[in-house]
Amino acid sequence: MKRLPRKDLLDLESVHPEEIRLILDQAAAFREIAQRPVKKVPALRGKTVINLFFEPSTRTSTSFHLAAQRLSADVLDIKVADSSVKKGETLLDTVATFEAMDLSVLIMRTGHAGSPALVAGRSKASIVNAGDGMHEHPTQGLLDLFTLERRFGKVEGLTVAIVGDVLHSRVARSDVWGLLKLGASVRLCGPSTLCPASLARLWPGAPVTVTHDLREALEGVDAVQVLRLQLERLQRFLFPSTREYSHLYALTGERLAYAKPGCLVMHPGPMNRGLEISSGVADGPQSAIAAQVANGVAVRMAVLYLLAGNDAEAA
Amino acid sequence: MKQTRTPGDENSAELSANPKDSVSILVSGARLIDPAAGVDAVCAVLIRDGRIAAVGAEAEAGASGLKVQKVDAAGLWLLPGLVDMHVHLREPGQEGKESIASGTRAAAAGGITTLVAMPNTVPATDSVAIVELVRAKARAEGVVNVLPSAAVTKDRQGTELTEIGELARAGVVLFTDDGDGVANPELMRRALEYGAMFNVLFMQHCEDKALSGGGVMNEGLVSQRLGLRGWPKAAEAVMAARDIVLAEATGGRIHFGHLSARQSIELVRAAKARGLAVSAETAPHFFALSDAWLSEHPYDSAGKMNPPLGCEEDRLSVIEALKDGTLDCIATDHAPHSSLDKDVEFDKAAFGILGLETSLGLTLEVLVHGGHISPLRAVELLSAKPAELLGLKGRKGTLAKGADADLCLVAPDEAWTVDPEKFQSKSRNTPFAGWTLRGRVKRTMVAGRWVYDDKLGIVA
Repeated sequence: MKRLPRKDLLDLESVHPEEIRLILDQAAAFREIAQRPVKKVPALRGKTVINLFFEPSTRTSTSFHLAAQRLSADVLDIKVADSSVKKGETLLDTVATFEAMDLSVLIMRTGHAGSPALVAGRSKASIVNAGDGMHEHPTQGLLDLFTLERRFGKVEGLTVAIVGDVLHSRVARSDVWGLLKLGASVRLCGPSTLCPASLARLWPGAPVTVTHDLREALEGVDAVQVLRLQLERLQRFLFPSTREYSHLYALTGERLAYAKPGCLVMHPGPMNRGLEISSGVADGPQSAIAAQVANGVAVRMAVLYLLAGNDAEAA
Repeated sequence: MKQTRTPGDENSAELSANPKDSVSILVSGARLIDPAAGVDAVCAVLIRDGRIAAVGAEAEAGASGLKVQKVDAAGLWLLPGLVDMHVHLREPGQEGKESIASGTRAAAAGGITTLVAMPNTVPATDSVAIVELVRAKARAEGVVNVLPSAAVTKDRQGTELTEIGELARAGVVLFTDDGDGVANPELMRRALEYGAMFNVLFMQHCEDKALSGGGVMNEGLVSQRLGLRGWPKAAEAVMAARDIVLAEATGGRIHFGHLSARQSIELVRAAKARGLAVSAETAPHFFALSDAWLSEHPYDSAGKMNPPLGCEEDRLSVIEALKDGTLDCIATDHAPHSSLDKDVEFDKAAFGILGLETSLGLTLEVLVHGGHISPLRAVELLSAKPAELLGLKGRKGTLAKGADADLCLVAPDEAWTVDPEKFQSKSRNTPFAGWTLRGRVKRTMVAGRWVYDDKLGIVA
């Protein structure tokens, strides 16, 4: 059977383009299952998958839960408030406890960059990073690639703008790594405090540019990913007001016209309607936001299957 | 500058030799490197009653006819015992990480014979009672000289001054809220102004928390890549700049602890050029490492310290400043932590790394073998200059006649591999595990008595 040549999925930085190819092809196969009346395959039957979420999340935890269920795994959701981590137990002890119950896959969402990597080094289970602090959110990056590929046929040669709080965004980091590995060009755009020019140096020699001008970022692009603006950034003086942010960086119908006709509009959610994106654009014909969610389940099924699937149970 | 107090006098209890059971020792054949005395030559030293009785030909002559223990140290370097101004011994309060006993053993293994114990203990060392406790413990259990420091503010809260006069009289050599900077500029101004009356030295932990707030590593490419919250080097420079202004205005003595960044170093360089009485130290990790270490060891909390490792430009600035005298000394900021504090998410891990047992090795490997500084300058940075800053000139930081017989013998080219499991310290938190360093401490003597031997371990 097909397998990823790795135990864990912690980031897209270290993933090879061929692995991404494998995941996207598998996701395409699973995407078909979603059309069937019975949306289940036995690929993870008898395996235990735990969703350990230290940050509130509806869409990502639901998406992983459904993905595991559709692969027939036994799946358990653990939110931080229920967890013994609150009782002073260390993260590594908590994971050791799960592992003693024969865990196959641990899906982790945490506010602390690198903590899935810390766990991965000590655990026999496969660790899937479902977002770690400001670091990466690899399955989001993969589902964005999958969404682009379904719309355009291939990612290679596309130019994609990522707009908003790039500096603090784990989605943006995974998107950039993934897009570059598949041969796309990237424009990063946001205010200098949230999208500093120095970011481009993270990808030396790669087709990544930084601009603080939204029009410049959008001109001629094939797709735009609009990032969620975290309102707590206001308290750290990173921008003066949501009003001014909207004036400068909200994606409106008028601004979308700078992009290529048919430019795909993406947003990882949850959206602040009227702040970083207008309702007209979010709900408009170019929006792929609902497709991103649907594709998310298929991509996560592919990741779980390729990391921990039973031999002989290929879908 | 007023001289109402000579720190050495009050400190005689923990600094002086114990003459009763010391024998005469003649160390000969070694290259004596004593910048305070202007000596760098093969030359004998005679030790009697815990002091240096004679140096050179006078030592050999003085030894003849006496009953002396003779130590042939041919091929070794003989250095005045190292003086470390910045050590967290963790006692009282956090003895799981380190104690006065274990920390001073680690010091002896590193060739360090005098250290200043930081006051961020639990409770904080902010009263004469705690100072006396530290001193009594050090006398009973310590194997090297321990000089107490005290907090600038009560309980290190940054709101009320400690009783600086009383503490100075009790022998406190240094005032610092280390672990935190003194945030309130008015309080710092008054501390300097008031402290000048007693000629006390303040060590500032330069960190403007509004700027560093929540940061866990240097702000830069590596923090951006790892998604860790960045800590701009401006947080250090802003407070250093403020204190330079305040020191000039008050005549107080300010010493900057653990400087790590180009900007703050340039401020100190300019202040010294204007003739201000400011001084500064750096720690070995700031000339040995940059934040590239975290790029190679992502999320490894052995690379988390306060201030954080800077970029390569900062590291090169540190080396330049050690060469040109902008930085006065090397101090370890030895900060032991147990695995409970370190084996966790990087964000939650404690700041700080061990330093005592690798300081000399790193200095010799990186700076001396690396061709940046001479052996003489290395000893100045590790011993002569910190002794002078602490008011111990003539007694510590030199092996001139009459000085305390605190010394170490070093094999300058002997390569050894850093193995934290062999440390005397209770803790293991170091990014240097597995490093091969040239320059090994062979023996350490405090007050005329051998306390450490690299084959036998602690012999005190």
